[in-house]
Amino acid sequence: MASQKKFIRVLGAKLDSVEPLIRSVIFLSGWSSIIFVAAIFFFIIKEAAPIMPHVDWGKFFFENRWIPNPAEGNEAQYGAAGILYGTFAITVVSMFIAMPLGLGAAIYISEFAGPKVKETLKILIEFLAAVPSIIWGFIGLMVMGPLLQKVLGIEVGINLLNASIVVALMAVPLIVSISEDALRAVPDSYREAALALGASRWEIVYRVLFPAAKNGLLAACMLGVGRAVGETMAVWMASGSTENIPENFFNPALLLERVKALTATIASEMPDTAHGDDHYRMLFVIGIVLLLISVVINVISDIVIKGIRNKHK
Amino acid sequence: MSASTENPFAGSPFEIKKVRRENSAKTIMLGAAILLIVPVLVIVGYLFYKASPVLSWDYIWSDPGPLGKSGGIWLPLIGTFYLVIVSLLLVAPIGILAGVYLNEYAPNNWFTRVINMAVTSLAGVPSIVHALFGVGAFVLTLKMGESLIAAACTIAVMTIPVIVTATREALASVPMSFREACWNMGATKWQTIRTIVLPNSISGILTGVILEISRAAGETAPILFTGATAAVAINTTDIGYKLMPYDLNDRFMALSYHLHVVAEKISGMPEEMKYGTAAVLIALIVVINSFSISLRLYLRTRKKW
Amino acid sequence: MSTHIEFLDTSVFYGSHKALDEISLKIERNEIYGIVGPANSGKTTLLKCINRTIDLVTGTKVDGIVSIDGENVAQMNNVHALRRRIGMVFPLPVGLPLSIYENVAYGPRRAGIHDKDTLDELVERCLKQSVLWDEVKDRLDSLGTKLSGGQQQRLTLARALSLEPEILCLDEFSIAIDPVTTMKIEDVLVQLKDNMTIILVTNLIQQAQRISDHVMFLNDTQIVEAGETAQMFEHPKNPLTARYLSGEMG
Repeated sequence: MASQKKFIRVLGAKLDSVEPLIRSVIFLSGWSSIIFVAAIFFFIIKEAAPIMPHVDWGKFFFENRWIPNPAEGNEAQYGAAGILYGTFAITVVSMFIAMPLGLGAAIYISEFAGPKVKETLKILIEFLAAVPSIIWGFIGLMVMGPLLQKVLGIEVGINLLNASIVVALMAVPLIVSISEDALRAVPDSYREAALALGASRWEIVYRVLFPAAKNGLLAACMLGVGRAVGETMAVWMASGSTENIPENFFNPALLLERVKALTATIASEMPDTAHGDDHYRMLFVIGIVLLLISVVINVISDIVIKGIRNKHK
Repeated sequence: MSASTENPFAGSPFEIKKVRRENSAKTIMLGAAILLIVPVLVIVGYLFYKASPVLSWDYIWSDPGPLGKSGGIWLPLIGTFYLVIVSLLLVAPIGILAGVYLNEYAPNNWFTRVINMAVTSLAGVPSIVHALFGVGAFVLTLKMGESLIAAACTIAVMTIPVIVTATREALASVPMSFREACWNMGATKWQTIRTIVLPNSISGILTGVILEISRAAGETAPILFTGATAAVAINTTDIGYKLMPYDLNDRFMALSYHLHVVAEKISGMPEEMKYGTAAVLIALIVVINSFSISLRLYLRTRKKW
Repeated sequence: MSTHIEFLDTSVFYGSHKALDEISLKIERNEIYGIVGPANSGKTTLLKCINRTIDLVTGTKVDGIVSIDGENVAQMNNVHALRRRIGMVFPLPVGLPLSIYENVAYGPRRAGIHDKDTLDELVERCLKQSVLWDEVKDRLDSLGTKLSGGQQQRLTLARALSLEPEILCLDEFSIAIDPVTTMKIEDVLVQLKDNMTIILVTNLIQQAQRISDHVMFLNDTQIVEAGETAQMFEHPKNPLTARYLSGEMG
């Protein structure tokens, strides 16, 4: 025991003597995140760059014809509108499910639950958050898809609705934890003042807390959207792989159509490409689109969250 | 109104309606919370039920048979193990030191704001984009090829925010008054960090480490094109190969990728093999996360101040 | 009696806000120098200038000269060595999350002293000086953070004495402790001044009267008046001083 302590002490003294060096290492590590984000942009753009000048962007964004491996003699087509729709549709539908569930659970945990229930629910939600995306994909493929098939009497259970349910369940823990933080940041004095005026707990929620925490709740939803847009494995396995753009966006039967998302496209088609060919580079172009969307969402919600912290000081 | 029989504390009709509305709102919220959790528990139970024909110690210890249609999951399991260890060795030093920088040294200026945004952005990058980065940076430019080391590097970059955030929170929970007391006695910033701040942050940092382990074990997308493979030609009769089948430069099998392969890619796959792989992966994740949660609960009882 | 610490036209700015306005004063060796004044007058800032912990606050600027034995503290190369010459006690008791023994040994260890016998003797001496030894001598291994407020404040004093400082600064040390402990520490300070110069910032006017040799009245970032204790309390030159010291103001 004494020799252990002496070893630690000697080690400590050695570390102290090189404090300037340690400082440099620490500073460098601190800046590393910026370096890595820049590196991600750099390498993805690098792989996509050769084809970028040749991309017909109008076609890419508005034409639904994604044929990377055409029949002999034809040219490859890279109209990604259907795939963009796929990501968009999954995001919208899953948020429809995830936001009420997530916000509701967060409000319950933050405002209504007793301490033991709160603790248990938070732990369960933490486990939910830990479930890997491939397990969700597996559940969507093997369990929920067939379930939907049986319950709705449809032919194919692997579709937009299936994928949206699964993605929603993945996004909910994120929405819950950030919303809960936002609600906790509202000072108790607000609640106490409302109580003194005779408000019921529910009235406190929608009259006092929603306005006060709206930045944080908004940020929570935005991050949920980010999760939905970026999710790969679950979407790939649970949504089938056909790109579609419907004519009428408000037809509920759309939910039962198969869709294809940006993320799933990259994942499924990359093995079929060779490093450096056109198809490979176009997948990196899709990567740029995804990267931009996610960074924008994160920067905006970061600014929004910083807003709440300053407001309640 | 006869004052003698009226209960002055009874609710007015308005108040009664308010209470009823509150109770129904409360029930709806609780319903939302339950709606989340119960179906998932049921589904996980169903997974284990369907996997039960194959689950056994033998399943874990033996290697996958041809095309994974029979046999066990040892090679993928050990592959995941090494992926976790290598990525942890890569990310922990950088992440912890970056957390130290941000909480102890970083000035309150725009540059620090940018760093913070970079950390959150890194966390928001879709996992498949991390895979693309891994291909561009590690597989190709650094010429690692599809390998364990390339995949581990990709996972490491992906999990930097996990370690940084956990470290920062752990450091921030150490009261400022401790640091000031040390500085006033002539201790340098680094000495203070080394002797008081870091030792009292270990628990929080450990939580971050366990979270990283969980992510590294479960993620599939980042290792799709950076090193994971469906089958390896390794003869594991030799115990040396059994325990360490992969070189840093080898392609490797991983549990998460294996699940992806057996779930969809191979025709004629017996159902219970699919469920078996899924069940082992889920069990692994649950075990890892239970460590994290029990660690937190245990440390709460041992507070030093 | 020689001048130990001197301030010459010292001003301190927190950003654009002025916290000290052209302070000039001389503190002699081996005396207890009391500083009194209402809240926010700059008393804590003044102490921070002496051991340069003002440098640790972002956005501060110090004009003028603060010197110890004629040497400008701002130009000293090793600020950590400077801080080891000065002991500091804060208003709120702070026990480090270490054993009581390690609390007192902390300063010496960081300065490179690790010999067990030296530390044993040092810990016992400092704990005796801060009137804590008898209460804790049988449990030197227990956590410093688990002591009572009064005990933690005495522990802080022991830590401040651990490096045998030539200057001891106390910033409203008695705020969070009971009167009995306060009196005990006051007696200790009177004994200690034979070996060091003591600067006592206090909001207890009678405390300043009881034990300090000189008193300085700091009000709203400026020195109103300074002088020998007896003279300050009986025949103050400034009417403001008279009002504050008699308890009418503040």
